[in-house]
Amino acid sequence: MKLTGAQIFFECLKKEGVEVIFGFPGGAVLDIYHEMPNHPIRHILVRHEQGAAHMADGYARATGKVGVCLVTSGPGATNTVTGIATAYMDSVPMVIFTGQVPTPLIGNDAFQEVDIVGITRPCTKHNYLVKDVNDLARIIREAFYLARTGRPGPVLVDLPKDVIQASTEFRYPKAVHLRGYRPTVEPHQGQIHRAWELLKTAKRPVLYAGGGVIISSAHKELLRLAEMLQAPVTTTLMGLGGFPAVIKKENGERVLHPLWLGMLGMHGTFRANMAVQNCDVLFAIGARFDDRVTGKISGFAPKAKIIHIDVDPTSISKNVLVDIPIVGDCKKALQRLNELVEKEPIENLEEIRFPWLDQIRQWRETYPLAYKQEGEGIKPQYVVEKIFELASEDAIITTEVGQNQMWTAQYFHFTRPRTLLTSGGLGTMGYGLPAAIGAQVAFPDRLVIDVAGDGSIQMNIQEMMTAVCNDLPVKIAILNNRFLGMVRQWQELFYNKNYCATCLDASPDFVKLADAYGAVGLRATKPEDVEPVLREAFSTRRPVMMDFWVNPEEGVYPMVPAGKEISEMLLV
Amino acid sequence: MSMTRPNGLKHTIGVLVENQPGVLSRVAGLFSGRGFNIESLTVAETNEPGLSRITLVTTGDQHILEQIIKQLNKLVNVIKVFDFRDTEFVEREMALIKVRAEQHTRAEVLRIVDIFRAKVVDVSPHFYTIEVTGDDGKIQAILELLGQIGIVEVARTGKAALARAKKH
Repeated sequence: MKLTGAQIFFECLKKEGVEVIFGFPGGAVLDIYHEMPNHPIRHILVRHEQGAAHMADGYARATGKVGVCLVTSGPGATNTVTGIATAYMDSVPMVIFTGQVPTPLIGNDAFQEVDIVGITRPCTKHNYLVKDVNDLARIIREAFYLARTGRPGPVLVDLPKDVIQASTEFRYPKAVHLRGYRPTVEPHQGQIHRAWELLKTAKRPVLYAGGGVIISSAHKELLRLAEMLQAPVTTTLMGLGGFPAVIKKENGERVLHPLWLGMLGMHGTFRANMAVQNCDVLFAIGARFDDRVTGKISGFAPKAKIIHIDVDPTSISKNVLVDIPIVGDCKKALQRLNELVEKEPIENLEEIRFPWLDQIRQWRETYPLAYKQEGEGIKPQYVVEKIFELASEDAIITTEVGQNQMWTAQYFHFTRPRTLLTSGGLGTMGYGLPAAIGAQVAFPDRLVIDVAGDGSIQMNIQEMMTAVCNDLPVKIAILNNRFLGMVRQWQELFYNKNYCATCLDASPDFVKLADAYGAVGLRATKPEDVEPVLREAFSTRRPVMMDFWVNPEEGVYPMVPAGKEISEMLLV
Repeated sequence: MSMTRPNGLKHTIGVLVENQPGVLSRVAGLFSGRGFNIESLTVAETNEPGLSRITLVTTGDQHILEQIIKQLNKLVNVIKVFDFRDTEFVEREMALIKVRAEQHTRAEVLRIVDIFRAKVVDVSPHFYTIEVTGDDGKIQAILELLGQIGIVEVARTGKAALARAKKH
């Protein structure tokens, strides 16, 4: 039986197990929307296409499944570009379907025509323009396969209107044949042996884990390795949740894991940065030596031999030369390595490791992450700590970008993978709210909190409506400092306190705004308001926007000025 | 240890690609987007239907070259990358050179053409157009000699390269 392109589209999505699409209709995709009610798929109507892309991203990060969005041609397509680039930088599996003008009109500057395949070529893992309905099923199959395998990433499929209207026999390819795409997943056993030989002799090892640990679900293997080697662990922003930052004592009290160093890099902890700068073996696991991690690259980990696991060979020896490269899936590589360690445990490990762990303990005690909640004003760090204290362990935290993001990374102690969703690579303000909505769609019963700033929340605030009308009870905690805080901090430190264009003294009344959207608005202006506001928000089964009036001039510390070595931290 | 990006040596790379729309743009975009140089680039179909071969010449040190090769391999439409660093290979380029050829210089031009085993492919009252094939050194040499007589225009193809077959 012949099916139309639109019908084939939904049959393919069914085969891929897609349950939800984040989208916004328009002329070029009307045939797909016309067909939609005949299929049991859920569609979340967004208010701006950027929101659709970030929701698909948040959904994908929270679940590990491929996020899907559907938008029309021209402006619908271009509005997704920031969301696509965000997903690309953080290796998030997504398939983006864009409408396109009919094939005979392509290249004619038709109404709502844009070369979205050209525009997104550098920010997708791959992209396609479907020119023939007979290719549609194969291309959709390939798109999902590419998005979720190897190093995951967004794949865009551009769908001209006449292709969607045309008909053909539907056959879903059983297998994918891509001659030029064969990611190396199985690590080379010889390299694993070399890594173990080096780790065995290390006196001051550090495990440096990135987003790859989360993507490959290697968190258990990482913990096991850290325990067997008694090696301290730091993670990147993307790796938070890949190692349990805190453990529960018998009395229920949560204390820092003894091997946990905290995040490293520009706003990393003192002990993490010092440990990296003084270690003799640095073991990078699914991390990519980003400039926000390394600081001045020639001075990064100067005493260390470096081992690096990554599924993407281009990440290895790109910024920092690696002594033992291991191309492959983090989980598989760590499993192989752990087998070797189990067979041949290091003798007198406690004794060997004591001086190093003791040194780290001293660094932690000398310069712990700290702030003082004193006086009338609310410290933003205090809000984040209270959120950590009151949120359930399976809560999902999203952030915007800037100070809110860094305080979350520092003061919320993540213990589970896929509980922090944040735009690490691209640094996209406006990511947090739609990402929270995407996560809440996947997990309607979990607490999902967007930690936001008063600047970034306004970049996609229209998605409040999406949350309200789809009954998605996300919580938004605005750390309202009446500034674009991180930019203001840079102006304070490096631009002679010239606060040009960073003061936001004119913002909407967020409580009234929440009300206008049909959500709940709450406000805290004094430290003692913080806990009651959070408690009320967390027990409300509706979207809640919390407006915390925090100290306007609070900064994020430690801070490594751009271009400095990561041991050169400004501490307060 | 850090890596800088000085202008290093020239390298020739072969890239076997699926003949899909946009594939050249993906390769070229990779170079411009990541700040790699392209000195020359040629592309044409191969003997295998659906496959094209790109030969490009780039500059950079070993680390940059390593990164270029990895990034090329990462493109979904790229089937194979030929890294000629450790292989013997032949490379050739063709140039069309339009040179001023007046009464008193014609003989000299023809002599140069003969020495380089080039060909005159177009003749007009005041100009010869010459076709010459060779490696970089040969093309440079003939350009230099003809330049003294008066070159009007030059069109070069860029290099095409293949690895030498194994002798045993």
